[in-house]
Parts: sequence; structure tokens; C-alpha cells
Amino acid sequence: MQHKDKTPQAPEAWKPRLLAIFCNWCTYTAADLAGVSRMKYADNVRIVRVMCSGRVDPQFVLDAFARGADGVLIGGCHPGDCHYIEGNYKALRRSELLKRMLADMGIEPKRYRLEWISASEGDKVQRVINEMVTEIKALGPLDLPGRAKAWDEEVAELEGELKEKKGECANV
Amino acid sequence: MSKPKVAFYWCASCGGCEESIVDLAEDILGVVAAVDIVLWPVAMDFKRHHVEAMPDGSITATLLNGAIRTSEQEEMARLLRRKTQVLIAYGACAQSGGIPALANQFSREQILKYVYEDSPSTVNPEKTRPQTRFEEEGRVAELPEFRNVVRSLDQVVDVDYYLPGCPPTPKVLKGALEALLSGKLPPKGTILSPDTATCMDCPRLDSKPQDLAIEQFRRPHLTAMDPEKCFLAQGVPCMGSGTRGGCEAQCPKGNMPCTGCFGPTSKVHDQGAKLLSALTSTLAAKDEAGINQALKGIPDPVGTFYRYGLAKSLLRRKVDLQ
Amino acid sequence: MSHHKHGNNQGNGGSEPVRVGVYTCYCGSNIAAMVDVEAVAKFAEKLPGVVVSRAYKYMCSDPGQELIAQDIKEHKLNRIVVAACSPLLHEHTFRTATGRAGLNPYFLHMVSIREHASWVHDDKANSTEKAKEILQGAVARVALHKALEKAKVPVNPDVLVVGGGIAGIHAALTLANANKKVILVERDATIGGHMAKFDKTFPTLDCAACILTPKMSAVRAHPNITLKTWAEVTKVEGYVGNFKVQIKQKPRYINEDLCVGCMECIKACVFKEPKFSDEFNQGLGKRKPVYIPFPQAVPPVVLVDPATCLKLKTGKCKQTCVEACGERKAFDFEQKETFEEVQVGTVIVATGFKTFDAGRQALYGYGVYPEVYTALEIERLINASGPTGGHLVTKKGEAPKSVAIIHCVGSRDEHTNKWCSRVCCMYSLKLAHMIKAHTTAQVYNFYIDMRAAGKGYEEFYNRVLEEGVQFIRGRVAEVTDWAMTPDEEGRLVVRAEDTLAGFVRRIPADMVVLATGLEPHKDAQDVRRMFNMSCSGEGFFLERHPKLAPVNTPTDGIFLAGACQGPKDIPDTVAQAGAAAAEALALIDRGHVEIEPNTAYVVEEECSGCKTCLSMCPYTAITRDEVKKKAVINPAMCKGCGTCVAACPSGSIRQNLFEDEQVLVEIEEVLTRAA
Repeated sequence: MQHKDKTPQAPEAWKPRLLAIFCNWCTYTAADLAGVSRMKYADNVRIVRVMCSGRVDPQFVLDAFARGADGVLIGGCHPGDCHYIEGNYKALRRSELLKRMLADMGIEPKRYRLEWISASEGDKVQRVINEMVTEIKALGPLDLPGRAKAWDEEVAELEGELKEKKGECANV
Repeated sequence: MSKPKVAFYWCASCGGCEESIVDLAEDILGVVAAVDIVLWPVAMDFKRHHVEAMPDGSITATLLNGAIRTSEQEEMARLLRRKTQVLIAYGACAQSGGIPALANQFSREQILKYVYEDSPSTVNPEKTRPQTRFEEEGRVAELPEFRNVVRSLDQVVDVDYYLPGCPPTPKVLKGALEALLSGKLPPKGTILSPDTATCMDCPRLDSKPQDLAIEQFRRPHLTAMDPEKCFLAQGVPCMGSGTRGGCEAQCPKGNMPCTGCFGPTSKVHDQGAKLLSALTSTLAAKDEAGINQALKGIPDPVGTFYRYGLAKSLLRRKVDLQ
Repeated sequence: MSHHKHGNNQGNGGSEPVRVGVYTCYCGSNIAAMVDVEAVAKFAEKLPGVVVSRAYKYMCSDPGQELIAQDIKEHKLNRIVVAACSPLLHEHTFRTATGRAGLNPYFLHMVSIREHASWVHDDKANSTEKAKEILQGAVARVALHKALEKAKVPVNPDVLVVGGGIAGIHAALTLANANKKVILVERDATIGGHMAKFDKTFPTLDCAACILTPKMSAVRAHPNITLKTWAEVTKVEGYVGNFKVQIKQKPRYINEDLCVGCMECIKACVFKEPKFSDEFNQGLGKRKPVYIPFPQAVPPVVLVDPATCLKLKTGKCKQTCVEACGERKAFDFEQKETFEEVQVGTVIVATGFKTFDAGRQALYGYGVYPEVYTALEIERLINASGPTGGHLVTKKGEAPKSVAIIHCVGSRDEHTNKWCSRVCCMYSLKLAHMIKAHTTAQVYNFYIDMRAAGKGYEEFYNRVLEEGVQFIRGRVAEVTDWAMTPDEEGRLVVRAEDTLAGFVRRIPADMVVLATGLEPHKDAQDVRRMFNMSCSGEGFFLERHPKLAPVNTPTDGIFLAGACQGPKDIPDTVAQAGAAAAEALALIDRGHVEIEPNTAYVVEEECSGCKTCLSMCPYTAITRDEVKKKAVINPAMCKGCGTCVAACPSGSIRQNLFEDEQVLVEIEEVLTRAA
């Protein structure tokens, strides 16, 4: 696809990319409210809507990191307030272990956040996004696609070498 | 018409996959009769140059087990790919990195330092490390390089089919060989095992409550496990619900929970994340303190949920390693 | 090694290639001021599958919608992406437009580049880039959409109205007059709410009782209304058209059907004199353990207070009341609370408000100085049926010579409640007028701003001004009994800066009236949860849209009426109650509701029957077929949260409109830099 440029940027031009997955009823509505109230926040965030924070599969979080997100923010209704009664509790349970697993995999804890933001908390959307962007700027790029490319250089090198010495091979 | 040529090869593996071929028992005689084995380092004396001498594509099928950890394994994988019509990733390590891929939580330097210097059983005052090139009296020996990253076979070469398991069970292997010999092969990329989770075959499933709410996760070696009851109902993490079937729930039948060696079903994108989601979702607690208390029984989530699949996970590797 | 399919290139029927139309909205200058809309539209032309990409001033307008319809026909589009305002606002509009043009409405995907881009950022280049990436996600996602159908579910025509104040009464009567069955639940012993306590109503000064009590009686007499007072809603299950509601009936210790309201038992009570604080009169009067809230209560039935009744407290009492009741045998001291389940299709929540607790504003001396009153207390004192028979006198029984009314107590105040309670200026004017009419007192109004916006309100303000009521602009600093002059001795002094005159004034007063503001009920949060609603920041129930859906809630079939949604006066309350009734009627008369098809479904051949999903569903929509040993989802019960989808360990449960592949491709594309 020609319209895309997946090449890593120069470090000085780097801008963090934040993926947010918001529940339809509380946090997405709060993001709408932030808009209606013209609350300005960092333009590094991309919001994906799901119906409930309970729909957030940890696969989505890992996928976002693997696709180049520098941070992932999940937004749901406050405990006791879930539009679907208990979906947010399921999100919380997953999130607690996911946080630990991400840390074990070397992803700094500040890159992943689960926040309860109600429909009336447009200001919290603004604050949380700005906070996260600031924190991630301090951490620097995660750039998993770039890192994976670097990891695989050793494979590419061998491929190159093998092509060079085509035909001649050492005995086993 | 000459018999189809078959090769077996092993890379970073424990040898269990080789054993599993022998586990075919008397059925192996039928296999041996039906094919020409052209490479099987564990059992027969073939050299690499014999393989190199074969025309490209002359091997009908290669069953390659083990993860790809060294440059030599990479070279052999490429060589066999070139010589083979149907390359089969045999077993969990070749399919998704297997146990060796858990080393993707450490850098090469960390591993070498531990193995050659820090481990309690090592005596190495000169701190000698393996070299990739050695010269003595004008003779040069080139040794494989220990790679930074453990890979599945398909992360190095194109793979046609996968046989999952640690190791694959004789039944799964027999099914694959029969398909191969009859020429009735499924579409390329197929995992040759049922695409339904192991719970379906588990005799303990009936004892799993409808309203499962796990109070506390427990580690298997610290728990007196009921030989009949669903492991999750006992709080013991079991991966059966998210692990491809085909093994006929052998581990649960032997009173050990499933650890996920057959890998995920085809609709799952990341085995560990999905299993983590399934298991934690069924916790009873609703607040952080209660949840974390219950989760004390899973001290190592990466080792628990990615025991056989870290190389093929979305993150692949601990991300901050050089 | 892409782990999810990227654009399956399958169109409508499965064989046609995807043909996407992309529509980017200017929204006047709302989007265009901060997003280069033309550049976004041009960018979209090159995205995979895009056949047409247009920018337009107002996509939601008729010509905007027509544009889409035309293109669907002309360019044989089978996917539509609209990048405009929030999908929560206009997704429905564009789905309908898409459907009208003959394309399944779920082949449309809408994304927000207004609320989520132009309105929240201030760098046009960055906002434009963001809009492109949002669009890129939508184009990739919509390619994976499937044709879906809405399910139809019948609507139970019965309506539950919660709260029997003027809002609930009006809504219930409107519905009942339209021949619908209504269950009206009120937690007090009588309906009437706050309005029943008022003497007169502003600005017309009609007597509250004269206009309210006929409506209260009509509720009781109406064959279509089942009235349940001294009752509370305790549980709500189900969904629009089909709610199952549990109602708790608190014990009255009186059989409601047998009591004729003769009140002989009250006279006969062993307590010769009323001794206990009378809630209806704000504690200014006394009642007996057996009592009726007020003479015109509906139902006109007595009740027994278990906290003060000797029989219920100690078991020992001569029970002269029972004797007085005689043959009617209405007393039943064995009554226990009971629970009843009712089925309704729609619910109108009209639970009202509480007044600000004046004690919280410590500097005004409420609860400290006996002559500091709340406005509601004064309402009772000047009411002919109140504890003083309508004579406004101090606790010592003297007519006041000077009365101070302090506005904005618990309103427009950083320390208590920030909001304007909307009714206090007007009821303060009304009270000023009434006090003038009842006494010879000088009346002072301390106000911040006079808010008299309403039909006839400003005129009423002028009338009160002409009547000689004093107005002092300034927030009162304190009410004190510390006299500085002989005139102040033995009286209260109201100290405030007169911000018009520019100096601090001390006004001696014999009575001080606090114009307390309106607040949500203490248990508003519990009520909100029960009905699956939201609250706005101050705690009043949140309407679905402040302008366009002011009586709707996020939960279909649950409507709001009256001050539970925010402070409002009686005309606004009645108007809103009528609107809520009309919304309920619209649902009932249509006879069915359409359920959004974003439900979860099981791919049977992949399901291992592992039971993980069963405990995920709060609606018990998932069961296990014990013959096939597979999970089964009832789409009519599924609400589409997707929690089971995320939990299903083998990926065998999917969700329409939120398929893993759809979400994952959207994540991938919004994270991919647009050139």
C-alpha cells in the first residue's frame, strides 16, 4: 500500500502514538463531551469505540503495541456504573494481570492504563490523555515494529551471506 | 514409481519429538515401508552434503522439529526448505517456539553470562565463551552462532503444515502421514489437529460449574488436586479451554492441568492474551486487592500463558532487550 | 505473517468486490476550521476499495444524505464511511439514509472527526493527519462489515411511573387518558410531592392545592392507574419493551382497602395530643403515631409509624385506635413488607429532588437560631392548612416586623452546589409577596442576580418591587444575633455587602428565610444504577441529549420527567412529564422495538463447550445446549456488550459490528501514519 509510510521517523520528529479503546456509554461519551466543551488535549491519541470495556480483549492491547502504539488507554464506566452491569469488572480483572504481564515483557507500566471515566467527565478524558502523552514522551518511543525489524536483522544477514557463498558449503 | 522421500530433522528441541515418531510403535514399520527416509540425524547417519547434493524439491516431505535458535539451524531450515516439497513444522517448538522460546525473555548476553559464568555449577575462571570462528595451526573451524532471538520455523522459512504438540501425539502424527501418503492434503498453512479446544475431550468438563467464579488461583505443585474435578473449579490454571484439541486431554487424564502445548485455535491471534482473558474473567473478586490476592497463584503470567508460544506471540520477545 | 485478514475484498453478496464511498463533513466551520477537509477527502480517494470520496458542508442535511443515496445507485457502492460528528449523534441518520438507498445500513461506518479531532486540537496540520488516520481505520474496517438485520421485539403497553410528584402525576394521567395501564409507585404515604406543600405558585399565585388536588384525586379514581404509595422499586430487569420490576410495599399497618379515611382512629389514639414531629410540615407541627400526612392526602388512608406507636414498639397499648376503627377492621399490626413483580414495557422516572440542607451553610445559623427558616418551612407557615393555620408568626407567636430572604443558599456557590436551582428567585419573590400580604413586615431580599426568565416572571418581579419589597444585591456574609445597636437587640442581624450601594449593611430581622436550592436525592446513585442510567456531574439524572433528547436516557424505554433530571419549575416539569409520556406512547403505539444487531453469536463448530462464557453474561443470554455440549446465545436477551467475546478462550464467540478482525484492523490502521 503506497499511501503508508511505515519507516521509523527520526527520533527528534517522534511523536508518541496513543491508542485509546473507549466504552460507548461512559468514556466515549465523555470524549464527545470533551469535544463539545472544546477542551483541548494532545493530538497523539486515536480512539476506537467498543460497546463496553468488557469487550476489550487483551489481544487488542498487545496488537496495538505490536502495531506501533507507544501507549494504550482503556476507558470504561466507574465500578458499579457499567451500562452492562458488570463488564467493567471483567475489564479490571483482565487488566490487573495484563499489567503484570506487560511489565514482565519489558513494557513500562505507564504505557498501559485502565481508567474509569463517566459520561460527564470530559475533563478527565482531557487530563488522562495529556498525562499519558507527557509520561510516554518522557519514556520515549516503544516502536515495536521497528524493534522487531532490528531483531530480525540477524536473519536477514544470514540470508545475504548464504546468497553470497551460493554453492560452496562446509562439510557437516 | 519410487517411494516418497521423507526427511526428519531437529533444531532447538529436547528430542521428545523424535521420541514421538518412535511412539508410533508397530505403525512405524508401515511408514518405513511406504517411504524412503533420506535424513534422520537422530537415528541414521546422513551428512549435510548428502542433502545438498539432492536436487531442489526432491524430498517429498520434511518433518522439522525444534525452534530456530542458531545460525546453523537457520541454514538447515533454509536448505531443507529448498529441497522439500512439503515442509511440516513438527511439534510446538517448530510451530511456535515452544519451551526454548521462553528464552525470549532474556538477551543473548544474559543467557551466555549465566550459563558460562554465573550458574552455580559452572567453573570457568577464564570466562571462556563459545566462539563462532576458531583458528588453530592454519585450520579454521566455524561454529554456529547463538542468535539473539528464538524463532518458530515459519519465522525463518515458509512452512506448509503444522503438527502441534509437545510432542505431537502418535494419533496426530499418523493422521498427518496418512494424509501425506494419500495426497489428500488440506490447504497450505493448516494446523493438522482439530480446531476445537481441548475441553471438549476432557472428562472433567462435566464437573465445571456453569457459574464458575474463581476465588483463588493455586499452583499445581502446591495443591492436592482432585483427580476428577475440573482444574479451574479447583483454582488451578488450566489452558484446556483455549488450547487446540487433538491430544485427547492426556494431561488432565493424568491429573495435570493442560499447559497449552497444542497452541491456540485458529480464531485466536495471541494465545497468551486470550488465555489470560478467559481465566481472569472468571475471577470472583471485583476490586483490585481481591483480584490481586486471587492472582497470586499465577506468579509468572508469561510462563503460564505463553509456555509454548512466546515466539509467535504478538510481542514475540521481551521488548527492551537489545 | 499478518495475523488477521486485511480487507477480505468481499462485497455485499460475498462475491462482489468492496466499493467504498467516503463522505467527509465540513460541519460548517466546526470541522473545517481545524481539519483540512478537502485534503482528507483527497487522501481517502487512494485508500483501498474507495470508489468515491467527497467533502460536503453538512453531511447530515437532506442534500448531504441524498448525495450518499445518489452515489450508492450511480457508483454501485456497497460500503459507506462518513467522517463527521460523533456516531452517537448521527450514525442513526446515516444508517437510515444508507438503508433508504437500498444498501444494508450496517455497511455504513461512521467516525468522529469533530468531537475527537477538530474541537479538541489546535494544530490544523496535526488534526488533519489525525482525521486521515481515523478515516483510514474506518475504510479498512467497513470492508469487513456484514449485512445485519435488526430484531423486532414486542413492547408491553403497560408503563411504570416512579415518583408521585406533579411530574409523575401528570405523566401517569396523560398515559392513562390515552388508555394505557399505568403503575404509579410513590415512596411516601401520599402522592403530591413538593407541590402539595406549597401555598401559592408563582407567578400567577394560584393556590397549589386547588390545582394539584384534583389531579391527585384523578390519579386515584382513574381505572387505568394502579397507585402504589408507601412503596419503592427495588429491582429492574429486562430491556426496552420488556422490563420486569420488583416493587416493595412497606407496611402501613393499615389495610388500605378497608380504611375509609374517617380518621376516627387518630382522634382515639392513646396519645391525647400530637407529640411527634410532623414530616409533612417540615417538623414545624406535631402528629400522632397514627396519622395521615395531610387532609387531602391521596390515598386518603392513615398509616402507623412503627417508631412511635406503642403497640408496635412495646406490644403494650390499649389499642383505642383499633376500637375506633371498629367494624371496618382496617388495622393490621402484623403487616410485613411485601414484594411484588410487575411487567412493563416502559418506565418514566420522576423521582424529584430534595432541598439543600441549610445547616451546611453554617454562617446563616440554620438550626442555631430558631428564627432562621427554610423557604419550605415558610411555605407551611403561610399555608392555611399548615401548623399555624396560615398565620406567619415567630416561634414566640409574634408577628414579625422585618423578614430577610436570603437567595442562593446551596446554589451558585463554590462551597456547596455550583448550579443555579432556577426556582429560588421566583419562589423568594412569591414568599416576599405572601409575607407582605400576611403581615405588616418589611421584607428584604438579598440576591446575587435576579433570575426571572419565564412567562410572566419579570412582570411578577416588577409587581413585587412596586409592593415595596426591599432588594439588596449582595451575597449575605452572615446571620448573627450579636447586636450592635439598640434596634438590633433581641433580633437577628443579616450582614451583607450591598454591591450596588457599595457598603456593608446590617439589616435587623425577626425572621430569616433561606432560599434553599434543589439537589439530587441522597439515593439518586442507587436509583440511577437500578434503572441503568447515568448522572451528570452534579448528580441529577443525565438525559440522552441536552437539546434533542431531553427526556430520554441512554437506556431505551426509560424516560425522565421533572426535577430528577435537573432543577425546574412546575410549568417546565409538567411539560417534560408530558414529553416523557409522549415518548412512552410512541414506543407503545408502534408495538415493537428494534434491537440493535450488535449481538454476540457462537460459531457452533468451533465451540468446545468449555462454559467460560456462561458466567460472563449478566443477562443470562448464554446457555449450554447439553445435548450438543455447545454454548447458545439468545439474541433477544443479548445486549451486545461483548464481554463473553473477549473472554471466549477459543475465539468461538463473535460480536456483530465488533468482530475481532474489524476492531483489530481499525487499531492497525489508525496507528499507521497517513502520508
